[in-house]
Amino acid sequence: MRRYAFPWRRDFVSFGCPSRAALHVLFFCIIAACGGSSPWRGVPVDHEEHEVDGKRRRFLTAAATVVGGTGAAMAAVPFVIALQPSERARAEGGPIEVEIDQIEPGQMIRALWQGKPVWVVRRTPEGLQSLEGHDEALRDPDSTEPNQPPYATNRYRSIKPEYLILIGICTHLGCSPLYMPKGESGEMGAGWQGGFFCPCHGSRFDLAGRVEKGVPAPSNLVVPRHRYVSEGRVLVGSDEADAGEAGVGAGA
Amino acid sequence: MSGTLARLGRWVDARFPLSQLWNEHVAQYYAPKNFNFWYYFGSLALFVLVIQLITGIWLAMSYKPDAGLAFGSIELMMRDVEWGWLMRYLHSTGASAFFIVVYLHMFRAFLYGSYKKPRELLWIIGMMIYFVLMAEAFFGYLLPWGQMSYWGAQVIISLFGAIPVIGEDLALWIRGDYVVSDVTLNRFYSYHVIAVPLVLIGLVWAHIMALHEVGSNNPDGIEIKYQKDPQGRPLDGIPFHPYYTVKDVVGVVVFLILFALVVFFAPELGGWFLEHDNFEPANPIKTPEHIAPLWYLTPYYAILRAIPDKLLGVLAMGVSIFIFFLVPWLDRSPVKSIRYRGPLYRWALAIFAISFVVLGYLGTQSPTAVLTWLARIFSITYFAFFFLMPFYTRWDKDKPVPERVTSK
Amino acid sequence: MGQGQTGAGAGHLQVRAGALAAALLAFVSLGSRATPSLPEVEVDVHDKASLQRGARLFVNYCLSCHSATYMRFSRLARDLDIPEAVAKQNLMFVSDKIGDTMQVSMNPREAETWFGVAPPDLSVLARARGVDWVYAFLTSFYRDPSRPNGVNNLMLRNTAMPHVLWELQGWQEPVIEQKPDEAGQPVETVVGVELAEPGVLGAEEFKAAVRDLVGFLAYVSEPAKPLRQRVGFWVLWYLAVFLAVAYLLKREYWRDVH
Repeated sequence: MRRYAFPWRRDFVSFGCPSRAALHVLFFCIIAACGGSSPWRGVPVDHEEHEVDGKRRRFLTAAATVVGGTGAAMAAVPFVIALQPSERARAEGGPIEVEIDQIEPGQMIRALWQGKPVWVVRRTPEGLQSLEGHDEALRDPDSTEPNQPPYATNRYRSIKPEYLILIGICTHLGCSPLYMPKGESGEMGAGWQGGFFCPCHGSRFDLAGRVEKGVPAPSNLVVPRHRYVSEGRVLVGSDEADAGEAGVGAGA
Repeated sequence: MSGTLARLGRWVDARFPLSQLWNEHVAQYYAPKNFNFWYYFGSLALFVLVIQLITGIWLAMSYKPDAGLAFGSIELMMRDVEWGWLMRYLHSTGASAFFIVVYLHMFRAFLYGSYKKPRELLWIIGMMIYFVLMAEAFFGYLLPWGQMSYWGAQVIISLFGAIPVIGEDLALWIRGDYVVSDVTLNRFYSYHVIAVPLVLIGLVWAHIMALHEVGSNNPDGIEIKYQKDPQGRPLDGIPFHPYYTVKDVVGVVVFLILFALVVFFAPELGGWFLEHDNFEPANPIKTPEHIAPLWYLTPYYAILRAIPDKLLGVLAMGVSIFIFFLVPWLDRSPVKSIRYRGPLYRWALAIFAISFVVLGYLGTQSPTAVLTWLARIFSITYFAFFFLMPFYTRWDKDKPVPERVTSK
Repeated sequence: MGQGQTGAGAGHLQVRAGALAAALLAFVSLGSRATPSLPEVEVDVHDKASLQRGARLFVNYCLSCHSATYMRFSRLARDLDIPEAVAKQNLMFVSDKIGDTMQVSMNPREAETWFGVAPPDLSVLARARGVDWVYAFLTSFYRDPSRPNGVNNLMLRNTAMPHVLWELQGWQEPVIEQKPDEAGQPVETVVGVELAEPGVLGAEEFKAAVRDLVGFLAYVSEPAKPLRQRVGFWVLWYLAVFLAVAYLLKREYWRDVH
């Protein structure tokens, strides 16, 4: 593989494209060159007696088109890449630390990560119990869809059962649902054990963010990557995998 | 495959004059066969315009037209946006390259009389492009909001204040505020990004239309349309495609090599293309020691400073730009090309070119006593080229002009 | 047809030669833009070890007052081959995140009250003033009891900046001579500096340290420079190839034209 003098991995991948582009261009050139008369060739100059070496001309035209086309494709690459999130967007979208030791049982707090609402709900023991026994009413009770990291693919959809961490965006069309604890939510109906309700189109989710059947939302609420940096602090947006790579120590 | 293409072509042609346009303007547009080095710069100017438009679009994605954010947005673009530094350097180098190309393009017109009948309107449209280009550069230069940006704008706008009676109000109207401020920055951004480019594109289109109406001039200054073959094609002409498309590609590549040398290895070009003072954020209470516009506007700046009176200086500067429009009527010689003109015109043009370059240099320097006198002398020779032109072009001993072109 | 040839070339040449001469003359004086008396400083933005030393000096001696507000720590760590953990420990304040830019906590309005002027941001200082100026500035502080900060500087008269590198360099005293002023009257002028009290570093070591610091500032003012030059190298090679092919194509078609 050709070694390009660029530092970022991304660029290796993107510079594979021009080879493909060049092949496409070459393909079209051969077709066009083989094509018969067309208005695109210009009027022949027959002022002088002259043997026109058609083969050589077609070859050189093809060669120039390939080289030029490759150059144009390579020149386009920086323009396309420039639309990627900038370093600033990536820095501002970096993981955030949320303090959770002050949350009352049954309370939910909100934070903002990558412009999206992040919820931390401290579930009561009754709330955790209520997660059992209503699987038939749920679309995806065992969280088979990849809406959560591996360590949250369990009955509670979290690392610690007591704390539920979700991205507060409805999986239907992106509104932010309301937190409806049991007892305070008369309009949710008699059997409501607590959970979330999206006012835009009526989707309902239980206290683990799992979506009910018969509502517009197609899947469970998303659990972001996260890990606990201490008992009372959770880092949202990053997990053990990132921690190993970056070599960041705890208690920073 | 070609059958399908041909059928598609016929479908389009029945609804849009595609083949007709292609033939009229490219494949069967006959251009003189003796174009030389000086004839590359028209297509190069168009190429640079495209570069500026595209890089400008990308710059506008990250640039913030706010006095508090502008300088920072450019620096952040250079660092945080992938390839942002390349967009910036392409645009800043492109601006200077545009003027180099345009000056050489205009010089060609003086060499070969390309402004003479029937190309007077072509020349006038071209001069309008030049004037609009200077405005575009002036508006664009405020955007980085560096020290030179700010103070250069302040100085040039205050020149309008020199106009009697309406001057102060005019300057206020241009600025939108009592001094160059955030308000000025925002409107200059709008002019630079939207208004002026639209005008420029319209003028360039008109320029090419006017050119194609009368056909190109050539280094011998003779009209190739006067000698046609039985099929009605000019004897000394060749179709633009494929001959000049192929030749102009070579021109573009050579240009790109020089362009790349600057963009990648010397984008500041010692302070000529990116001024050092402009890497300091604009400070309204601290005037830099030395204010000068960028190199391509300095000849006129030198003329302005050479005249000791403020209003007369502004008038002289105005005349020095607008006199170009009158050249087709100032030039009384029946001969177009310098190859067949007498010695008077050759000397006059040589002196004018030297004056232009020297004035340009003087415009970048501090106005010491010696340099100011030098600027006055060269301002005189500059104006003499135009004001004396009706005389020396008529008195010149021109040579006989051939009927057919003399070189390839 | 040949008649028009004589003199045509010569006149043409005249014009071209004159214009070229004038242009060359103008550009020869390019160098006059810089202040003539500054010693030239060799900085190498490709020398990562030097940049790392410079980074440490910058963080220790400059960052408390001067921000580098367009420089991100994450970029710094990546470009200088510093692992993020090491960067966090040695170059960043505890509250900084790796993606943050190099800010200072000093309030600019308070700074103006204390120093008379807010310490400017240094992100592009090396481009605005040039490395030679910055080097000369950092090495020409001298004692001046008449100033509130106790020092003055050859490059920036009556600077409000204290001599932050005093520990390393030591203290310099001004060299004063009688020089005629504009009116021709002899007046005491500072023409140079000389070391009076040595610091922790010897003279050569200090110069090397300042070179590192200035090199770091040069890097900060344009972090993309090494990449720019690398890309340029390949772009030019590509263009050379394209030129060859394009020229062959042009020559082939132009055989038709006589």
